[in-house]
Amino acid sequence: MTGPGDLGAPPSDGPPAPSGPPSAAPPPPWTDLDAASARPLHPAARAALLAAYEQGYADPRRLHHGGRQARRLLDDAREVLAGSLGVRPDEVTFTGSGTEAVHRGLLGLARGRRRAGTVLAHSAVEHSAVLHATDWAVRDLGCSARPVAVDASGRLDLDALREALAPGDVAALALQSANHEVGTTQPVAAAAELAGLAGQVPLLVDACASVGWQPLPAGWGVAAASAHKWGGPAGVGVLLVRKGVRWRDPYPADDRSDLRASGFEDVPGAVAAAAALRAVVSEAEQTGARLHRLVDRVRREVAARVPDVDVVGDPDDRLPHLLTFSCLYVDGEALVTELDRAGFGVGSGSACTASTHEPSHVLAAMGALTHGNVRLSLHPGTPEHEVERFLDVLPGVVARLRAEVGM
Amino acid sequence: MTELDCRGLPCPAPVLALAKAARGRPDGTELAVVADDPAARVDVPAWCRMRGHRFLGEDRAADGVARYRVALGA
Ligand SMILES: Cc1ncc(COP(=O)(O)O)c(C=O)c1O
Repeated sequence: MTGPGDLGAPPSDGPPAPSGPPSAAPPPPWTDLDAASARPLHPAARAALLAAYEQGYADPRRLHHGGRQARRLLDDAREVLAGSLGVRPDEVTFTGSGTEAVHRGLLGLARGRRRAGTVLAHSAVEHSAVLHATDWAVRDLGCSARPVAVDASGRLDLDALREALAPGDVAALALQSANHEVGTTQPVAAAAELAGLAGQVPLLVDACASVGWQPLPAGWGVAAASAHKWGGPAGVGVLLVRKGVRWRDPYPADDRSDLRASGFEDVPGAVAAAAALRAVVSEAEQTGARLHRLVDRVRREVAARVPDVDVVGDPDDRLPHLLTFSCLYVDGEALVTELDRAGFGVGSGSACTASTHEPSHVLAAMGALTHGNVRLSLHPGTPEHEVERFLDVLPGVVARLRAEVGM
Repeated sequence: MTELDCRGLPCPAPVLALAKAARGRPDGTELAVVADDPAARVDVPAWCRMRGHRFLGEDRAADGVARYRVALGA
């Protein structure tokens, strides 16, 4: 820990030592460089969560003391979250995950806009939550899907978007705020303007990768976010539905305090998510600027120290904490395993690391090398010396894996 | 044209086979790799871009499996 920016630092000093003879060698240090998958609970969220488990367990719809207390906590959480996101409290719905927020958001637009069109357009690099919801709408709601191309940096091609909107049959456009695999920021405001001109087509903005790091981009009609990406608890998502947007609940109704949600409210989860977001947003600018510079350096160093490497994504207009590169001739799973052994947790979009055994559709849409892929994403508290150690270790690991296959 | 058979082999085998076959061969040599691994469709053109070769295109082998053709050197 080296400063106030380290609140919410992930473990970077190894798992607890296994019980064994006292002479056993200590485990190697292990540093989590996979913040884009999940961040540890922010200290502010932990305190709020524990307090809310005591005071907010009751049914927020009940009129008794406990119910009113839970309801007050939930309403406060909604208000704090809305404030941190710059939206109205009545636009905020808590869901069971970012994935659920995406599903409800997109399918609700498909339902609400049925008369205007049946085509769901989306960038070719959306998260699988968008692609699965779209598939479902194609199968069960009679919709059709229209993917829109991106350029080599992973950014939506606005000319291709113009073409996709031209027939006038689009119900909704799904466009992420920033890409979760390569970090590239999407032109949401420009896309929203084109969509507005093409018959008020609303945008579903999947902001799961950026909330906590960057402000919500202008132009969303419906938006989705995920608390475990900003230091809130896992299993808490946020759906935003802008006042006036035609959105209809795609799922069976429930009589909860928020009619866009279903199931008994997770009041402690909402309270903790809001506390974490308020804390990280207050630090985001400073933390983001520092990590942006660090990632700049890592991008340059990886390209300089590792031969035959494809460093992908926009170098500047991107998430501050994330970078992706692919190494020729290397198997992605072996790379992740070897880096783990060397003490680093990283993500990968390579086919051999995915449950589907398909290469990452994001890298494929960009024309980037899909094998030997590594995604590094830093936590606010990632020690710089661990990033240095990663840069020192990486070239040898890649060279060794290449030598094993005769390269 | 030399044709490499990578049927049934996962990534990065098709690109590895190309790289090994390219050793010692002069610029302009044409190589083809037959591969059913879906990553090859992206990775063979990416290999060409990164190594300064030319991607000539995709067609099919006699049995219908995808075949990717490249020319060494720009
Ligand atoms: C861009 C994006 N959308 C959606 C999700 C899904 O969020 P959750 O993990 O909360 O279901 C994620 C996280 O993996 C993401 O990065």
